[in-house]
Amino acid sequence: MSEGVSKRFMFVNRKAPYGSVYALEGLEVVLISAAFDQDVSLAFIDDGVYQLLRGQDTKAAGMKNFSPTYRALEGYDIEKLYVERESLEARGVAEADLLVDVKVLGREEMAALMDEQDVVIGF
Amino acid sequence: MLHIVNKSPHERSTLAACLAHARAGHAVLLIEDAVVAATRGSAATLAALPAGVSLYVLSPDLQARGLAGQLAEGITAVDYRGFVDLVAAQPRVQSWL
Amino acid sequence: MKFGILVNEGPYQRQSSDSAWQFCQAAIAAGHEVQRVFFYHDGVNNATKLTDPPQDDRHIVNRWTALAEQHGVDLVVCVAAALRRGIVEENLAKGFRISGLGQLVESAIQADRLVVFGD
Repeated sequence: MSEGVSKRFMFVNRKAPYGSVYALEGLEVVLISAAFDQDVSLAFIDDGVYQLLRGQDTKAAGMKNFSPTYRALEGYDIEKLYVERESLEARGVAEADLLVDVKVLGREEMAALMDEQDVVIGF
Repeated sequence: MLHIVNKSPHERSTLAACLAHARAGHAVLLIEDAVVAATRGSAATLAALPAGVSLYVLSPDLQARGLAGQLAEGITAVDYRGFVDLVAAQPRVQSWL
Repeated sequence: MKFGILVNEGPYQRQSSDSAWQFCQAAIAAGHEVQRVFFYHDGVNNATKLTDPPQDDRHIVNRWTALAEQHGVDLVVCVAAALRRGIVEENLAKGFRISGLGQLVESAIQADRLVVFGD
């Protein structure tokens, strides 16, 4: 399917969940990309860090809670989840508040990592 | 890297987020509502532009909004052909949505 | 050079679809290849043949169809996003086809650049 080509993909998440469909449908692309044997990573910056917060409860909002999917990524061999430190700090969110293991990077490290990719898709 | 921004910096933080991650040798292209950042009156929105990053604005979008006469110095106006050339010239492209 | 295009927004509400189409036109005119345009999120609404704008406005859907007919550009609508929004074979405009998200990932792999237009 991938014709032997392996590219470095980074999916950049900058939006909070539920206010738009970007986070949910973005996650669907991430899951599909796992089938193509590419080098996939996810970056969470700005409001994207809210996607990973523990304790999401959508019952009263009447929407689908897709946050458990982040925990399932490991089963798809998607293990590179990067969260930007400055984005966490600006929102008063601690790494311990997140529902999945991530690597916290400073903004400069994150920018350097983006610069090493072949394909960057923002959602 | 070519960074593409399409939101007004007066409404959204997209341009600031882009500038915070742009590095020397990169290019930033302002399209759609982001073209307002390229005008003299909005120069403050580009104050955080890192050294060595070149700035471009899509002229059809500037013209559509009646802003062609207000282009700030140091920003290069390009048409869609110029947009295509920028994408081809930089090794990768990132749209800041 | 080979370009892949991703369109994330519907027609008329946002400029994304216009920008993407203009980019495709300019790329082809410059001798490049637009390998595929993938429509995702509300972008799937670019593919309904029920679109009927006022006569003095551009017809965004027909413009995409013409791009496919004149230049052989592959217009692919994401099936999952389309079903969510009521886009099915019965109301699909000419030149578009419905397929899976894998077509987007494949396009990103095969193209030299993937250019994303959205909100």
